[in-house]
Amino acid sequence: MPADEAVFRQEFPVTGGDFAKAGVAACRIKELLKDLGLDAATVRRAAIAAYEAEMNVIMYAREGRMDLSVSPDEVHITVDDRGPGIADVELAMTEGYSTATAEMRELGFGAGMGLPNIKRNADVFAVDSEVGRGTRLEIIIRRNGHGTT
Amino acid sequence: MIVLRDVLALLDGELLTPAAVSDAAFHKVFASDLMSDVLAAAEPGALLLTGLANAHVVSTCSVADLTGVVFVQGKRPALDVIGQAEARSLPLISTKMSMFEACARMAGLVEDGGHARR
Repeated sequence: MPADEAVFRQEFPVTGGDFAKAGVAACRIKELLKDLGLDAATVRRAAIAAYEAEMNVIMYAREGRMDLSVSPDEVHITVDDRGPGIADVELAMTEGYSTATAEMRELGFGAGMGLPNIKRNADVFAVDSEVGRGTRLEIIIRRNGHGTT
Repeated sequence: MIVLRDVLALLDGELLTPAAVSDAAFHKVFASDLMSDVLAAAEPGALLLTGLANAHVVSTCSVADLTGVVFVQGKRPALDVIGQAEARSLPLISTKMSMFEACARMAGLVEDGGHARR
């Protein structure tokens, strides 16, 4: 999306390991999208994708940043993190595959549904990861779209 | 349609968020301890039954548009979590029943079209 098409932009920092703040960025993104007047289904898909992405940064990375851009046609969320990266993206996209610790599972996460669930809610989803450096997610939700499933 | 006061009666539940209106209605019921599953499969407007009692339950319900929570097995979240739910107008109920018992009773309520057997 060219910069001049975005009608709204905001950045959200996310700190790895900070489970107490889990969901703060996603809930804020949801409030902003509602305030911008987007329809409920689009807001829900964007909020779920953002929450899963935020949880991934908190669970696995040292730090990350979520960038929200909203244009007349789409919601664009980019998530950049500095962390271990994903060795096998295709495997990580498999429902149920997880490298989560017992602690993460006790919190109700780490069921191996994060990336697949982002894909399910997105119209366009791309993962670019380098082991030892970090991961970049590109999530596009079209305002008249229905996700990939 | 399932109504909050019927859920309280059926599950012998305690309402943890007193400001909730007793005729708050739920379209569906979803049961899971995994918030990942809730995000993936629960429908908007659903009532969640769970054995997990932490802040992520409230965040997950907010994100995925679930409109009420029943904590089974006598679980209760911390007071600050209850406060977060109240701020988001999310009713919280605690029941001493097991997940199985609570689900069985809720299934009966759903089968009866949301009308509790008296």
